[in-house]
Amino acid sequence: MTSLPEATSKKLGLVIDLDTCVGCQACATSCKEWNAGGYSAPLTDQNPRGRDPHGTWLNRVHSYEVGDDAQSRTVHFPRSCLHCETPACVTVCPTGASYKRASDGIVLVNPDTCIGCKLCSWACPYGAREYDTDDGVMKKCTLCVDRIYNETFAPEDRVPACVRACPTGARHFGDLGDPESAVSQLVKEREGFDLLPEMGFKPVNKYLPPRARRDQTAASAPQAAEQAVDNSSSLADRFFAWADRSLAR
Amino acid sequence: MLNREPDIALSEPSADEIKTTTCYMCACRCGIRVHLKDGRVRYIDGNRDHPINKGVLCGKGSAGIMTHYSPARLRAPMKRVGPRGSGEFEEITWDEALETATGWLKDVRARDPGKLAFFTGRDQSQALTGWFAQQYGTQNFAAHGGFCSVNMAAAGLYTFGGSFWEFGEPDWEHTQYFMLFGVAEDHASNPLKIELGKLKEKGVKIVAINPIRTGYGAIADEWIGIRPGTDGLFVGSLIHELMRAQKIDLEYLVRFTNAHWLVIDDPKGAGDGLFARDEAGQPLAFDKVTGALADATRTDIAPALVGTFKLPDGRSGRPSFALIAERFLTDEYNPDKVAAATAIPAETIRRIARELAHAAFEQQITLDIPWTDTAGRRHEKTTGRPVSMHAMRGISAHSNGFQTCRMLHLLQILLGSIDCPGGFRYKAPFPRPTPPPNKPARAVGPNAPLKGAPLGFPQGPEDLLVDSGGKPQRIDKAYSWDAPLAAHGLMHMVITNAATADPYPIDVLFMYMANMSWNSSMNIPAVLRHLTAKDERTGEYKIPKIIYSDAYSSEMVAYADLILPDTTYLERWDCISLLDRPISGADAPADAIRQPVVAPDRDVRGFQSVLLDLGARLRLPGFVTETGTPRYPGGYPDYIVHHERSPGIGSLAGFRGEDGKSYGRGAPNEKQLDAYIAGGCFHEHRLAPDQRYYKHANKAYLDWAKDAGFIGTSAPITFQLYLEPLQKFRQAARGHGAIQAPATHRTRIEKYFDPIPFWYPPFDGAPGENEAFPLSAITQRPMHMYHSWGSQNSWLRQITAENCLYINRARAQKLGIADGDWVWIKSPLGRVKGRVRLMEGVNPDTVWTWNAVGRRAGAAALDVDAPEATRGFLLNHLITELLPEREGGYRFSNSDPITGQAAWYDLRVSIEKAAPDEQGETWPQFVPLKRPVLADAEAAA
Repeated sequence: MTSLPEATSKKLGLVIDLDTCVGCQACATSCKEWNAGGYSAPLTDQNPRGRDPHGTWLNRVHSYEVGDDAQSRTVHFPRSCLHCETPACVTVCPTGASYKRASDGIVLVNPDTCIGCKLCSWACPYGAREYDTDDGVMKKCTLCVDRIYNETFAPEDRVPACVRACPTGARHFGDLGDPESAVSQLVKEREGFDLLPEMGFKPVNKYLPPRARRDQTAASAPQAAEQAVDNSSSLADRFFAWADRSLAR
Repeated sequence: MLNREPDIALSEPSADEIKTTTCYMCACRCGIRVHLKDGRVRYIDGNRDHPINKGVLCGKGSAGIMTHYSPARLRAPMKRVGPRGSGEFEEITWDEALETATGWLKDVRARDPGKLAFFTGRDQSQALTGWFAQQYGTQNFAAHGGFCSVNMAAAGLYTFGGSFWEFGEPDWEHTQYFMLFGVAEDHASNPLKIELGKLKEKGVKIVAINPIRTGYGAIADEWIGIRPGTDGLFVGSLIHELMRAQKIDLEYLVRFTNAHWLVIDDPKGAGDGLFARDEAGQPLAFDKVTGALADATRTDIAPALVGTFKLPDGRSGRPSFALIAERFLTDEYNPDKVAAATAIPAETIRRIARELAHAAFEQQITLDIPWTDTAGRRHEKTTGRPVSMHAMRGISAHSNGFQTCRMLHLLQILLGSIDCPGGFRYKAPFPRPTPPPNKPARAVGPNAPLKGAPLGFPQGPEDLLVDSGGKPQRIDKAYSWDAPLAAHGLMHMVITNAATADPYPIDVLFMYMANMSWNSSMNIPAVLRHLTAKDERTGEYKIPKIIYSDAYSSEMVAYADLILPDTTYLERWDCISLLDRPISGADAPADAIRQPVVAPDRDVRGFQSVLLDLGARLRLPGFVTETGTPRYPGGYPDYIVHHERSPGIGSLAGFRGEDGKSYGRGAPNEKQLDAYIAGGCFHEHRLAPDQRYYKHANKAYLDWAKDAGFIGTSAPITFQLYLEPLQKFRQAARGHGAIQAPATHRTRIEKYFDPIPFWYPPFDGAPGENEAFPLSAITQRPMHMYHSWGSQNSWLRQITAENCLYINRARAQKLGIADGDWVWIKSPLGRVKGRVRLMEGVNPDTVWTWNAVGRRAGAAALDVDAPEATRGFLLNHLITELLPEREGGYRFSNSDPITGQAAWYDLRVSIEKAAPDEQGETWPQFVPLKRPVLADAEAAA
């Protein structure tokens, strides 16, 4: 079984805004596209033109409804590795292939030592790991470790592919171990939350809840500053009386 | 154990080379950076500098690599060797293909050029394709707008000289209230997503009006699950409420609209409903200062908006605004009266009207931007009413879409929110004059070009393309009495009309990237019959020859006789031109190019270069030099740089002039494409601060736009609240004028050609009146697919490989239908089988599915047992292309009566649970298509 570092210098992770995610799949396909040729290469596909097309994805978006009737809302929920502080997927690994980096907290799989036993995917309550059947090893979100430190990239491109692509700005990347970081501030301000905190794995990634809606169930509508009108005539007559004025062109 | 962490490569370059170009995974046209490694595409991301996507890239664009390397790519030119539809082809050389096409087209041109029907699909080169048709001499040209959103384009252009999407956008920075109507989520996709995210951060209220709550609607503050086809009632009711509350910007109306123009009231006369004009033809208004009639366009008058005034000839006239107000103040648009039909509570309508009024009038914006109006008056500040709107297919794809869209613009204008801070802003080259001045060109004769572009904007019966008996002169019956303002043609009717020789047969059908034998047609079984129907006497196909260009093995390929294989979007030159559908923003006219970032590994050619080659072989004027040699021997890039539409005006506005320093107008510049590539494959021209707002009446802007070649005159653009051209058609239907409507069409023209917007029930039945088919059935676009293009992408189809029928949970329970059940979906035309999913976020009288996920077995290099074919389905099979017989046995097309817009969303259906032994597979099933010769599947990544 594999040990965890006692502490990590940083806690790199994602903050995902459920208020603005529209479920466009940009994070999923940009992730697949980057990683199919990056650290996790290959990300294989099975039966891609056939009856049951499927493959290895490190990030998936699920769309579903919560609540009934007027309280119902549609939620788009992107799901990937949360880079937990105490991830069971690492501690169950029999070969040390799964590990948590001491420097930044990223949970990675070493494909050279992974034996494809899948214990880690059973241990992860978030379903974040995907076994690549053709490649024979476990794959997972790397936080684009081959992008975020990439000195051949412009500094603004040193972010995970999903964050780079997200059109609504629903994905944020940074050090959640630093309370002063922009992502930590965002989590504080928007009351970001952990997925399944009761499991005790201390996810680093946070989700921001949908904001309160300004619909009829929430804010009170501004009262119309209507003119006091004389109700003795017809609607049209009253309107015409109001509109019959001197107007400059 | 605690292993030493392995060393991993953290700084591998992503590419040997990064090239910029323009995405084509949908119609959004984002800037992309293509990372090339070892000669292959490694990765694609968004270009941060690009005005459309500002660096982001959607789910489609980020999967572009799999479309580029798709095994469904065609490999080489082909000629049909088996029966049409069999998919039996033989590869031929380009020379043989081009000579074959030239032979067919030359023969037709020498006899009757109109016997060529040239229709392009989601074509982004209409400035070229339309010009080819014009020079060839066929009036029978259009692109896909007739079955897409011509109602939006036409309603906007006739009303205020702009439109939603490509012709305008909300003032995202300043708007305080945003309404989103029936949006197709694959259109304008990244700009909308970027800005929705920002609006939410700023706390600006977003209201989504859509029968279905998916993507954008899901994050809106308020979702209004309207019943399909009733948006006009809702908008009319908002207008009713705003008028009742006296929340109308009267000053804006008299300044910028024809609200004060006097309309002749002369019920039996030829001039009834037309504008009263003086001897010079100028419209008249009543000036309250002088107490006399005056030229309504003068700026020194105080025009009356109400009253009845005697005209010099003794007739009387009323300001158009008074007529408009009377319409909307009737009880017909009272929220209490429209609540049941729209499925929107009256109190909600009243509240939305209050919120609109609050944002417009209590949150008025004033910017420190001085500007000068067309009368020469300087304004120290720019003020605006920060209410903005965006609308799309949900409004337009109904048979009442034109009038509904007009009504939406009327609402914007009554609030004073067009092209002001916080409102809805034009994107250059818009605004353009209203009504649009260019008319559709008429057929001339053998071997002769048309005298103008085939598409235009009629202003009265004299502009129709009909013969002396009123018979349509275009194959799609555009600009006939069936669809007088058919500004984008009716591509959805071409195959039906050609095969039934109604109004006449054609010789050659030439199409480009339009899947007309599948998801882009109504009543597909009938279309397939038409494509393969033979003349019993001659044994020849009723549509004798079909030429088709596509990059991929779409369903249409099997029905063509000659295939001209196109490149992928990463292998081609293209031009996103201000002459066509540009990528401008409100503050910056912009255009763009595509450059080939990889060379084709197959024997394919970009369609635009092929078209130029064909034009030269046909010796069309403009395509050859005086000595008969090709004018653009370098193909499309040669044309992009050197073609001049008028002196100094060409495909690209940037880097013109020999020194490359001119904008808009200037001599061709040999280095123009290099300059575009150096700038990221686009060019933006920033407007000066005083040109940014009120462009329709902004002297600095209009003068500049005229110089740049965007408009022919710098006169102010007057909003046509009251649309006189419609009344001219109506008068022709009442028996006035030299050109009169045929008897079969008079009732129809009288009813629908109302110069004041109004709501009428969609043709497939008023809400609640169609008991046999009680449910509306519509489609939505998955954000990660674009029509049928997405389902052949090996990644995107892993996300969605089959579509289901979504039904409101409570409604399904009443029908005894459970989640996962297979049901028959029935319309008067037939039935389709699909699997049901239940949801809350859908109007209870509406069912829906994802558009164009269902494919015909064998298409797109998918296996025959792919779920797209075995379980996925199209609603198209249920949509009739012809309406039931009307007077005289005439069957109008299933289209808007004014513009000919395909009325996809009028569909009404009933639902019935399938029998136990009918579960598990969709119906109808078609004979699997044989795969044409495709690019080596090994080439797929």
